[in-house]
Amino acid sequence: MMMDFQVVVLAGGTSKKLVPLVSKEVPKALLPVANRPVLSYVLELLEHSNLKDLIVVVEGQDAALRVGGWISGAYVDRLHVEVAAVPEDVGTAGALRAIAHHLTANDILVVSGDLICDVSPGAVAAAHRRHGAAVTAMLCSVPVSGPLESGSSSGKDKTKKPGCCNIIGLDPTKQFLLYIATGPEIDRDIRVQKSILRAVGQMEIRADLMDAHLYAFKRAVLQEVLDQKDAFQSLQQDVLPYLVRSQLRSELSLNGAPHTEENGHDKVVPGDNQVMLSQLLAKTSTPSFHELYAMGPNGSAPVRRTHKCCVYIASQDKYCARLNSIQAFSDINRDVIGEASHLSGYSFSAQNNIIHPSAELGSKTTVGQNCMLGEGSQLGDKCSVKRSVIGRHCRIGSNVKV
Amino acid sequence: MEARRTSRIPIDPKVRQVGFFAPGALRDRSQSGPLGLSSSPPVSNISPAGNSLSPVMIPPPRHASDNFVLSRPLAVPVSASTLRPPAVEDRMAVGSYDASELLLGTSASSRIGDGEFSEDYSVFFRRSSSGKFASSLPSGGFDSTAMKINPPAVVRAAKKPAAVIEKSGGAVAEMQNELPTSSKPLKEKTTKAERRALQESQRAAKAAAKGPNSGGNKPATASGAATPMKEKASKAVKQVPSSVAASDKKGGERIPEKDKKKDVPPPRMQFDDKNRVEKAKRRAVVKPTEARNRVELFRHLPQYEHGTQLPKLESKFFQLDPVHPAVQKVGFQYLEGDIVGGNARCIAMLRAFQEAIKDYSMPPEKTLARDLTAKISSYVSFLIECRPLSISMGNSIRFLKNRIAKLPLTVSESEAKDALYSDIDRFINEKIVLADKVIVRHAATKIRDGDVLLTYGFSCVVEMTMLYAHELGRQFRVVVVDSRPKFEGQALLRRLVAKGLSCSYTHINAVSYIMHEVTRVFLGAASIFSNGTVYSRVGTACVAMVAHAYRVPVLICCEAYKFHERVQLDSICSNELGDPDVISKVAGRADVNYLDNWRDKENLQLLNLIYDATPSDYVSMIITDYGMVPPTSVPVIVREYREHLWI
Repeated sequence: MMMDFQVVVLAGGTSKKLVPLVSKEVPKALLPVANRPVLSYVLELLEHSNLKDLIVVVEGQDAALRVGGWISGAYVDRLHVEVAAVPEDVGTAGALRAIAHHLTANDILVVSGDLICDVSPGAVAAAHRRHGAAVTAMLCSVPVSGPLESGSSSGKDKTKKPGCCNIIGLDPTKQFLLYIATGPEIDRDIRVQKSILRAVGQMEIRADLMDAHLYAFKRAVLQEVLDQKDAFQSLQQDVLPYLVRSQLRSELSLNGAPHTEENGHDKVVPGDNQVMLSQLLAKTSTPSFHELYAMGPNGSAPVRRTHKCCVYIASQDKYCARLNSIQAFSDINRDVIGEASHLSGYSFSAQNNIIHPSAELGSKTTVGQNCMLGEGSQLGDKCSVKRSVIGRHCRIGSNVKV
Repeated sequence: MEARRTSRIPIDPKVRQVGFFAPGALRDRSQSGPLGLSSSPPVSNISPAGNSLSPVMIPPPRHASDNFVLSRPLAVPVSASTLRPPAVEDRMAVGSYDASELLLGTSASSRIGDGEFSEDYSVFFRRSSSGKFASSLPSGGFDSTAMKINPPAVVRAAKKPAAVIEKSGGAVAEMQNELPTSSKPLKEKTTKAERRALQESQRAAKAAAKGPNSGGNKPATASGAATPMKEKASKAVKQVPSSVAASDKKGGERIPEKDKKKDVPPPRMQFDDKNRVEKAKRRAVVKPTEARNRVELFRHLPQYEHGTQLPKLESKFFQLDPVHPAVQKVGFQYLEGDIVGGNARCIAMLRAFQEAIKDYSMPPEKTLARDLTAKISSYVSFLIECRPLSISMGNSIRFLKNRIAKLPLTVSESEAKDALYSDIDRFINEKIVLADKVIVRHAATKIRDGDVLLTYGFSCVVEMTMLYAHELGRQFRVVVVDSRPKFEGQALLRRLVAKGLSCSYTHINAVSYIMHEVTRVFLGAASIFSNGTVYSRVGTACVAMVAHAYRVPVLICCEAYKFHERVQLDSICSNELGDPDVISKVAGRADVNYLDNWRDKENLQLLNLIYDATPSDYVSMIITDYGMVPPTSVPVIVREYREHLWI
């Protein structure tokens, strides 16, 4: 059976944003979140969805070796993972370009390796499939709880930087992406194509959503964009906005058969019967604005080429976060052993904490809720640990509060 | 439910022909008296008699009336549907099934006696006689008790036909009086052991009843054996809430084709039947959730669980059996309501199957016919997960499977795929596109200058008819009647107005007001059953009835591939439930929020039916690709053109 979706995990390399945490020894993908590498969360999410053939792309040879080593150690019998190394600083789009020859399936699921969420990738794939979209992005609401709670402790470096807020325009049905601007490219003003606005009629602009870096691309579209636009570096900042901008004047040749079919039956011999048939279909199905626009003013055979950019908005109760800053790192660590504890895959004790059996506790030491003590860690006397993760083989002296 | 099952055990559910038995019994009576008396269900006894008769032979009304008691156990309410104001009887038929169906049987046959014996009866006759008779008769002894009670009534009725109805009513009242006394209250759920015991005793009683009856019809023994039977029957009545009883008729609504057994689809799933639901759950690809606040009367239908079904399908997206992407796409479009309407859903499905067949490659060591059929079946079950199939889809799936099965073993894989591909194309072209064209031509002849046409909701073929008539230069006006929650008429209205037709738009609440100025009613249909019942968007029956009351002809436009050999009397047995939320909310009125959180209120249930059934009495004419026919001709088309349709 041919595989419909191929999965690419972009595990990154040594990120500059996380500089004190990551190093040559610990690439970003292996950063510990609740004593597990962050990449394991993605891999487990995918495994849970029965996606077992993965391509993990890592920046830099050293990092690739380390990541590859870890994966083969941890998942050797469960997942079929191919680790590909790409040169550093090529960006996400560049990384995809580098491995383009590996991609064969009709649709590609691109996941960022630093994503920690419990939204099923199947949902994104389903939305993608349903609309026959060129690209489907997953959006999730910006986590508000983490930064708020930690406001007092690390108020200063709390992210006021623009990377955290995206401006996203949606159509009224919240299924199509009309505008996206993320990170540094946000200007004071938002420019939206008039044609898009005219076609849709109404646009909802939201700033409380964030791009979760989980995309489903149509392979033909993705490869064509990557081939044509050599300058594109980042999926999020270049490719996606480009696709969104050009959705009503598609320059893509659209080799993908289903897509041309989607846009009408002009491919088949335009006999009388076929026209009637397509009308029959068009009248009873609710057309998206793309089809309406493609129909042109006379409502006859489609004349304009479009492609669809869809979104899947994760519901509020799902957890979704990216580990892309130090702040996020600490937030996620806290969340994973706290409110999003189902993600960590550990079973919590009655006191709502995890203490590894080999951990040694001194007398009068208390370990509070939402805590995690790694294997072989030692705590001295009269310590108190609250809402923290203690790594493996840590040694903590007496009278320490964590 | 359980009791219903027990009463069904000795019966082949498919064969339980609701209602066609009254006439059969009549004939028996007219030919051989004792046969009718021997009540127990001797297939072999009755069916030869029935078969030997000419199908067109209609017994004189006198027989009908004098026979009503005898035919009682046989006479199940179907005949009501052919009668003039069937609404009441139908309701009753639905409400009371098991023992009190006697009441219906009698009233129905007495009505026949009144002379409303129409030609379609003969059609039913023939079908029923060719079908298996065995069916019916839950009880032998039952009947003989009835006999014991009623002979005077029979005699008198025969003498005074005018008094038939009261008499029969009286007789039945008697019956009913007796039944409850002998029954004891039964708790709602019987255990398995109890059910088995019940079954066993029923069988025994039946055997006991049969012996003496055949051997000279001794009432004493018969009644002796009958008592437990009767008890059971009344228990059944007691136990099965009236509403649920309706659902058990479903099994009987299939017209069995004796010679075409393989065509008979299996009995449909009863979603209130716990055992089967459990089984189905194990089979289902996605575990369905228990819907809350289910409407009692409609528990047997698959409940609408969009909110939970979608995420489940999504989360299992990669885990399910590999479903072709095109099929996946169509499925999700059904689920989201992107594609609606019988024709569109059918075409979309067939197109997806075409894609799938194109990409199909036969695994080694397997035969194409089997493997591909299994593939298609798995696709179909995926589509059913998304939304229950429409009749049109079911029919076209049958067509496709038939084609696959008929593929010669010798053809190569690519040839077979090409053949199937073009078969599907041909089906779409001939059965849908060309059929629509023919229907439009026919229907346009019924539109004259000065007409005021009324249509309800949206039907593609009705729209094409109107546009075509407009192109022909006819001067007419259109009234588009619409209803919540879909407002499908609005899109139709927009297109009609854009083409320059003069239109009025109203909601179904005002249909009786607008009807007096209407001269023709054109309606579409999702399916037409072989008793002429039109199965269509909910509200159609209402429009047709109002039109009937105003003496406005009702014309149904429906392609023949949507016809189905099932017989359906009401819209309860088989229907589809929609999202209850859409009827609790009013679009654009956030202030109308009285029904928010309705799920938390235990004593509130919302019912959003998708379809309803219009009895054939309210239909003046059916315009189909085989011409314009009366509703009574539907079974003829189903029968005669079956080969034509599926090959």
